[in-house]
Amino acid sequence: MKALLLVLASPAALAGVLPEERADTLYHYYDGGGVEIQGPSLLVRKSVGEKVSLSGSYYVDTISSASIDVITTGASPNGYDEERTQWGVGADYLRGDTTMSMGLSSSEENDYQADTLNFGISQDVFGGLTTISMGYGSGSDTVGKSKDPEFSEDVKRHAYRLGVAQVLTRNLIANVAYEAIADEGYLNNPYRQVRYVDPDDPGNWLTQGEVYPETRASNAAAIRGKYYLPYRAAVSGEYRFYTDDWGINASTFEIGYVQPFRSKWLFDFRYRFYTQTAADFYSDLFPYANAQNYMARDKELSAYTSQGPHVGVTYTFLDQQGDRPLKSTINVFVDHYRFNYDNFSDLRGDPLVGDEPLYSFDANVIQLFVSLWF
Amino acid sequence: MKYRSALLAAALLLAGCSGVEPWVKPYERDRLADPIMSFDRNPVSQSYIDHVHEAREGARGASGSAGGGCGCN
Repeated sequence: MKALLLVLASPAALAGVLPEERADTLYHYYDGGGVEIQGPSLLVRKSVGEKVSLSGSYYVDTISSASIDVITTGASPNGYDEERTQWGVGADYLRGDTTMSMGLSSSEENDYQADTLNFGISQDVFGGLTTISMGYGSGSDTVGKSKDPEFSEDVKRHAYRLGVAQVLTRNLIANVAYEAIADEGYLNNPYRQVRYVDPDDPGNWLTQGEVYPETRASNAAAIRGKYYLPYRAAVSGEYRFYTDDWGINASTFEIGYVQPFRSKWLFDFRYRFYTQTAADFYSDLFPYANAQNYMARDKELSAYTSQGPHVGVTYTFLDQQGDRPLKSTINVFVDHYRFNYDNFSDLRGDPLVGDEPLYSFDANVIQLFVSLWF
Repeated sequence: MKYRSALLAAALLLAGCSGVEPWVKPYERDRLADPIMSFDRNPVSQSYIDHVHEAREGARGASGSAGGGCGCN
C-alpha cells in the first residue's frame, strides 16, 4: 500500500475572502476489480471572526478486497477485509489579500499509518485577477505487515506546490498548478509478489517478493480552464502531465459541462481519460529469480489506460435568504471507469506462460452527499 | 546568454505588471462568481475522487484538492 500526501485546497479563483462556511456529509461506494470500498466522509468549515476559518474532516474506508493481485499472487487467496480511518484539521488566516493556511491529517489502518502536515500561502495580485499560491507538505508514514508485528518500516515524503489562478476575461478563468514530490524509505507493498519463469518448467512460473527503490521523485503540472457560456452553463477542460524517476510518464485529459436547470437543479457531465507508461523495473514476468536489482509487478506501475464518464445531479431543497441565509443541497454523483492494461496479465485459472490474457476491469463509484451552507 | 534573456524577459514582465489595471472590473465578475464556475465546488467530493484516482493510478500531484491515506491494493 502506498500512502498519499495531502494537497492543499486549490487556490480560489477569486481569493481575498475566507472559504465558505459549510458542512458536508458524504457516503462513498467503490466497486471494481474484486474490490468494494465504502464509508462516510464528513467535512465542516466554520469561520471565527472575519479573518480565520477552521476546518475538520473525518473519513472512513471499509475495504473488502479480492483484487486480481491479492487472489493470484498475494498472501490472501480468499481476499481480506480491513478499515482505514482518516481525520484532518485545518486553519486559514486571511490578512488583506493574503491567505495563510495550515493543515494536519492522520490516516490509520491495521498495517499502515500516515501523518501529514501542510502549509500554504496565497496572494491576490492585479486587483484580484491573479492569485498566486505556494505550499509545502511533509509526510511521515509507518508501514507494517499484518501477522508480523515485528515488521515496521518508515517513509518520509516532501511535497512542494506552486499555483496560479487567473481571471482572463469576464467569462473565462484558468488555473495552472505544479507539484514536486520526493519520497524516501520503504516504498514497496510488503505483500505483493513478482513472478518469474520456473527454471525447471518453462511453462510454469514462481513468485518472489517485490523490491522497489528507496526513493522516488515526481513532477506534475496541470492546466485547467473554465468558460461561462452565453447562457447559464459552463464548459471546462484540463490537462495534466506527470513524470517521475521510476520511468512513469502519464497524461490526464478531462472535459466537463455544467448545466443548471430552473433554479434548483444542477447537472454535471465530465469525461476523463488517463494513460501512463510502465516503471522501468516493472515486468509482468521476469526471466528468472532476482533478475534485477529492483522488481515490481504492481498493476499501478504497468502501462495502461483508464477512462470514463461522470454524471452528477444536485438538487437545492433549502434556500433561505435574509439575515441568516441557509442553503442545503442533496447530490448524487456517479463515475464509471474502464481500466485496460497493456502488460499486466490475468492469471486467474493458472494459465501457462505465454497463454495469459491481458487484464482489464470496470469500476463504478457512487457518491451521495448532503451539503449545508450556514 | 540564455539566462540573460530570461532575466530581461522577467524584468520586462514585472515592469509591465506594476502598472496593470484590472481588465475585468469587480462589477464584471458576476459570472465568474457563479458557483458553476468554481473549479472545486464540492471539496468533500473532490478530495474523495482524487483519492480514488491516486490509489489506482501511478501519477500523483497537481490535482488541486485534498488527498489522504491509501486503502488501496
